[in-house]
Amino acid sequence: MIEKKPIVFLLLATATILVGTAVTMVAPFWWVNDPKLAIASVKPYTPLQLEGRDIYIREGCNNCHTQTVRPLLADTERYGDYSKSGEFAYDQPFLWGSRRTGPDLARVGGKYPDAWHVKHMADPRSMVPASNMPAYAFLKGPLDPRLTERKMKALHFPYTPADLQAVQGKSEMDAMVAYLQKLGSDIPWRKATEKSLVGELKNPFLEDKTVIPEGKALYLQHCAQCHGKELKGEVGPSLLDLDKPHAQVFTTIYGGSQAAGMPAYGDSLGKERVWKLVTFIKSQHRH
Amino acid sequence: MDQQEGYADDVVKGFLISSMFWGLVAVLLGVVVSLQIAFPQLNLPPFLSYGRLRPIHTNAGIFGWGIGSFMAFFIYITQRLTRTRLWSTGLARFQLWLFNATIALAAATLMLGMTRSKEYAELEWPVALLVVVLWVVFSVNIVMTIVKRREEQMYISLWYILATLVGVAVLYLVNNAGIPVSLTKSYSAYAGANDANVQWWYGHNAVAMVLTTPPLALFYYFLPKSTGVPIYSHRMGVIAFWSLIFMYLWTGAHHLLWTPVPDWVQTLAMGFSVMLIAPSWAAVFNGYFSMNGQWHQMRENYLVKFLIFGITFYGLQTLQGPSQAIRTFSAFIHYTDWVPGHVHMGTLGWVSLVLFAGIYYTVPRLYGREIYSIALADLHFWLAVSGQLIFSISMWIAGVQQATMLNAINPDGSLHYSFIETLVELYPYWYARALGGMIYLAGLLIFLYNIMKTMTADATQVAAQKAFRGETS
Repeated sequence: MIEKKPIVFLLLATATILVGTAVTMVAPFWWVNDPKLAIASVKPYTPLQLEGRDIYIREGCNNCHTQTVRPLLADTERYGDYSKSGEFAYDQPFLWGSRRTGPDLARVGGKYPDAWHVKHMADPRSMVPASNMPAYAFLKGPLDPRLTERKMKALHFPYTPADLQAVQGKSEMDAMVAYLQKLGSDIPWRKATEKSLVGELKNPFLEDKTVIPEGKALYLQHCAQCHGKELKGEVGPSLLDLDKPHAQVFTTIYGGSQAAGMPAYGDSLGKERVWKLVTFIKSQHRH
Repeated sequence: MDQQEGYADDVVKGFLISSMFWGLVAVLLGVVVSLQIAFPQLNLPPFLSYGRLRPIHTNAGIFGWGIGSFMAFFIYITQRLTRTRLWSTGLARFQLWLFNATIALAAATLMLGMTRSKEYAELEWPVALLVVVLWVVFSVNIVMTIVKRREEQMYISLWYILATLVGVAVLYLVNNAGIPVSLTKSYSAYAGANDANVQWWYGHNAVAMVLTTPPLALFYYFLPKSTGVPIYSHRMGVIAFWSLIFMYLWTGAHHLLWTPVPDWVQTLAMGFSVMLIAPSWAAVFNGYFSMNGQWHQMRENYLVKFLIFGITFYGLQTLQGPSQAIRTFSAFIHYTDWVPGHVHMGTLGWVSLVLFAGIYYTVPRLYGREIYSIALADLHFWLAVSGQLIFSISMWIAGVQQATMLNAINPDGSLHYSFIETLVELYPYWYARALGGMIYLAGLLIFLYNIMKTMTADATQVAAQKAFRGETS
């Protein structure tokens, strides 16, 4: 019957399409961003961070980087605590992405120091030799605080004149770094997931010089970009003639030090490889 | 020849030429971005870097090549199935110009970094508004033609056409809702997990309403036309139609498994995705059973080869898709190269093979000629299929290898590989993908040459062709 009535057919088809739409697209609005799921420590973007986010969008970073950590071992070990709905309450649009050609960035905030990001964005292969990321050295342009203000108003984000003033004179790169440093750091997950290292911290390779080549290989892959191939220091400090005890070097590499801008390598490398690194570093002296 | 007096076919020609141009752009850019991933030095920022070019590749493919061809074929098919001239030729001509202007503007603005960032809904609001105008004009014209039809029954292709018109309209309007800041910048109206859920309700149903229902409309029309035998079961087509358009809309969140979107939405998406195998395969069986006693045509009729391989890739696609929608498998392969491998089996295999068949079928009829060379069409077929298979298979292997490495854990619970150690292993597969893309591009160029020669064949050749077939003009 409806094969002969196009308007009736059209209405029926529309109704059919709207059933699943109502249940799976409209109804979740009552679940998601529910005040009960809100996280008090999650703050809206500052003007500088918002400008950085808009550059991230403009350059299509979301084509290669995701921003959701799944509650799966390989994800949480590699990127950090899994993502919570409340963490994205101010994300218009969301930037979860669909492909990890590069690593997830949901928790990149606080992982590296600012200087690492600047160097890496300008020339990714100087920090990660095998990287296939495009270079973003061109992000030198200035920001326009008047446009920034309109954006803040459109999104109803709070700001002070001082916040807005902070945009003046900053470059696109500054904004980008400010944005990256905010990502995922609104909840104190690093503290919560900090590994409690039980037992005496004793280097099992103290007398074992055979692990030094492996330690060196690990160093060149994970540390040389910041501390230099010769350990003379660059973004990070020199590591030659390190006078700190083995246990302290181990703790710093394993758990990182946010104050010093040192990333944590415990989750990705594990104890054994970190001890090998310590053994290598402690064996290096000025000649 | 079923070229009939009184049909508005000039706009069909216009849309076909436009869509083939944008198809070439899409495949060319596809090869470029595949090379950029393998050789990062090929990124020429700011305008020609991967992050800006990839959306142009997808938009040119889906909207330029896909929608452009569907506009041509919907106008062509609707007129013939209703035995009625298009309601307004003037409107259609306006639509053709607006279509090309909009796609060109889309490419230019995306290259300038004006993007909303939501996949397949990247276009900033002024361009998105043009898309809305375009769709309204198109829909009114098709619906009015159907309303004023002279053939009482509506063949199943018209059902899929009508569903496409309303489906795309609903999806596009909802997902493009935004807060404009300036002419070139807007923010999504939704936030966080809500925005994600709306986006993938849109994103996956763009697959339904752009990459499934239109090629099915074409398939149901061109298969009987090409083989000369009717579709196996009208009833199976009817059941498949309603269940397909009902179930598809529940499945968007399978793109969001393990994310902060509510679990029950993810579970529904997973369940409905598996259920979708039934209506999808009903279309596949309808295609296969129609060929009963006609399989020899695979050898003799090059159009059938394109159509049957197309529906076969559709069948494989609709088995692989639901398997990816299952939580455990998604946990493994999501975010890896497996997914582009899957997507391109659908776009290069299913959709494009059906579009090629449609163009090979209609162009000779629209221009009153024979196809310039069947041998070249055969060569195109094999290049397209082998290029696509090299692309997809290398990406599937790459995805499994990377997923395995990413999940490798040491006895002490630490990760066995850093991210970059897994990335290094992908380069050989990326070279293979670029090669597959180049083979596909070579096939496409041969196709375009063949069609161009068909369109421009001079009168003496046409007369010779007709004499050869023993026809009188």
